[in-house]
Amino acid sequence: MAKLNLNRTPLPKQKPEERVKNFNEVALGYNEDLAVKEAERCLQCPRHPCIDGCPVNNDIPGFIKAIKERNFVEAVRIMKKTNALPGICGRVCPQEKQCEIVCTLAKKNAPVAIGALERFVADWARAHPDQVPKDEIAPPTGKKVAVVGSGPAGLTCAADLAKMGHRVTIFDALHYAGGVLMYGIPEFRLPKQIVQEEVDYVASLGVEIRLDTVIGRMVTVDELLQKYDAVFLGTGAGLPMFLNIPGENLNGIYSANEFLTRVNLMKAYLFPEYDTPVKKGKRVAVIGGGNVAMDAARCAKRIGYEEVYIVYRRSKTEMPARAEEVENAEEEGIIFKFLTNPKRFIGDEKGWVKAMECYEMTLGEPDASGRRRPVPKPGSEFIMEVDAVIVALGTSPNPLVSSTTPGLETTKHGTLVTDEKTGRTKKDRVWAGGDAVTGSATVISAMGAGKRAAKDIDEWLRKM
Amino acid sequence: MHEHGKHGCSCSKEPLWPECKFQIVRKERLAQNIDLWEVTAPLIAERAKAGQFVMVRIHDKGERIPLTLADWDRGKGTITLVFMQVGKTTRQMGLLKAGDCVPDLIGPLGTPTHAEKFGTVVCVAGGVGVAPAYPVARAMKNAGNKVITVMGARTKDLLFWEDKVRTVSDEVIVTTDDGSYRRKGVVTEPLKEVLQREKVDLVFAVGPAIMMKFCALTTKPFNVKTVASLNPIMVDGTGMCGCCRVTVGTETKFACVHGPDFDAHLVDWDEFMARQRVYLEEEKLSLQLWENRLKGVQ
Repeated sequence: MAKLNLNRTPLPKQKPEERVKNFNEVALGYNEDLAVKEAERCLQCPRHPCIDGCPVNNDIPGFIKAIKERNFVEAVRIMKKTNALPGICGRVCPQEKQCEIVCTLAKKNAPVAIGALERFVADWARAHPDQVPKDEIAPPTGKKVAVVGSGPAGLTCAADLAKMGHRVTIFDALHYAGGVLMYGIPEFRLPKQIVQEEVDYVASLGVEIRLDTVIGRMVTVDELLQKYDAVFLGTGAGLPMFLNIPGENLNGIYSANEFLTRVNLMKAYLFPEYDTPVKKGKRVAVIGGGNVAMDAARCAKRIGYEEVYIVYRRSKTEMPARAEEVENAEEEGIIFKFLTNPKRFIGDEKGWVKAMECYEMTLGEPDASGRRRPVPKPGSEFIMEVDAVIVALGTSPNPLVSSTTPGLETTKHGTLVTDEKTGRTKKDRVWAGGDAVTGSATVISAMGAGKRAAKDIDEWLRKM
Repeated sequence: MHEHGKHGCSCSKEPLWPECKFQIVRKERLAQNIDLWEVTAPLIAERAKAGQFVMVRIHDKGERIPLTLADWDRGKGTITLVFMQVGKTTRQMGLLKAGDCVPDLIGPLGTPTHAEKFGTVVCVAGGVGVAPAYPVARAMKNAGNKVITVMGARTKDLLFWEDKVRTVSDEVIVTTDDGSYRRKGVVTEPLKEVLQREKVDLVFAVGPAIMMKFCALTTKPFNVKTVASLNPIMVDGTGMCGCCRVTVGTETKFACVHGPDFDAHLVDWDEFMARQRVYLEEEKLSLQLWENRLKGVQ
């Protein structure tokens, strides 16, 4: 047996002091030599636990073997079989919780850098368009499917259905396709050019993309069902949650969705070249401990806030954000205030937030989420001066579709009820997947749901 | 980054932007700095109801702004938008001509104004608010109400659509702040007189926030239900960002999905007006830079 190589090849990154001044991508990616070097570490285990750890079951040992042999064309071919959006997954998947955690080398604390290799393959494909093999598209079935939402669930479902020979139209409410990949995840984590190119790839499979179309307002799902054989709802979780505490509507308080949409989708960081502005101040508090909170904090740093705080009511161990993102935020000088929760916001005479009163928290017994429940310490209130607050507590599904579609069943959280394996909703010929079903989750779990639904829709259409 | 022909453009002439679909078929100067566009948008026209709005984005680097529908023609497949040139975006909109296209027009959005037979309805419209008031007055009239419209502007040159409003109103009262046309004063004065004069079942107000606030204060002692159509800053306009949130009674509502119409007696007007001013400095800077560039070109 070959000697184990436990030296994971580090992913080159922009230095923190440089990257906080720009919106360019933080991680720079492997070149061919680094990728081959890292690929050589893969043991090619016959049991391939990594494939089972991947929500879309990418043939990970397969593409890594091809990289090792410097057969990058083959690596791309293998990747595209299961994953229409590798450039996105390679960047934003929580590999440390999926494929890498089950890697045999993870037992030695040195899993193969699967995410970085996936990203390498995707970037290589984009740089060598002439060498990338064309996808095989099944003969036309004559069946038509409408996909609502062009985020990760919708794009994946559409791409798979198109390859199966169905005619697919994607509808999106915004003026660009990509959903949360465009409006939510910042440029420095996921360049919009890459999202656009992966959207273009989906379009190249024959998928029609209709933007600026709000399903539920302009056209209802029932009307779509008159023209399409099946409908997939990948409408995401676009509705921001607020704290519902006094002063929350003061000027200078944003939902993370608003702040990120301004910065990412509308490119407010380039104001006044771009017309949408975003306020620049001195001290901003981001409330929440998830990836969106990290994204908002790091954007705030980049647009010029001097002091950026993450205010989280639990402790570091309970934070839902990816370890890598927390580390990036720490490197960039984001200040973490754990076990802290706002009680109310205090405004100045012109209606702008100037401070927030916070509680110190302690952790009690575990709650329904399995994490220890934060409890305010009596008498612990203190004042934190801020000139902006970004509320990043999570999102719930937008009710525009569910409220205009009779027959769709929703939970009390507003998520759509589906069969987990197939994505079938309670309404005939309607499938759903992604955050619209799960509430805010990950890009890859949405893609997995899009994929499963595509498979079931295909089987159903062929039986029609 | 944008895609050619993303809307499947079928413009006959060279469009201003490559990805057009929504063509301006008619442009009209209604009053000083107030323009009208009639735009091809068959899907929106088909669905449009009084009180709803569209989001407009006029170029790749543009912002998304909400505009309440002023009219629509289902037969022609067009919608009518009226805007006042105040900032960079509306100034740029003013430069577009008939034949030009608008890359992004999204709607109809928002909950339509609730129109049923109430009895007597007073529509109060201030400034450019006359445009969105017109379809509401029409809907109220069609629902069998007696409609009294009170419309006002700062001065005569800013008034428009008096004739059009008359076709859907039983009575029209026009005011100008400076007295240059019809009655001198602000809209709340005749509003109060009407309320004193006869039984009114509903007041609908649309216009500057300060006018809507004072309409609410005027009708409150008469205990007449008053609805205001709010015009906050929006980014997406579909419930995603919460920029348009407004305190109504004890609740926070999103104007883009729960509104734009709310009970004017419950709206926190001072907060609403503060929120409208969040980006005043940036708006000024944006306009100034654009004007400088225009001058540089000339």
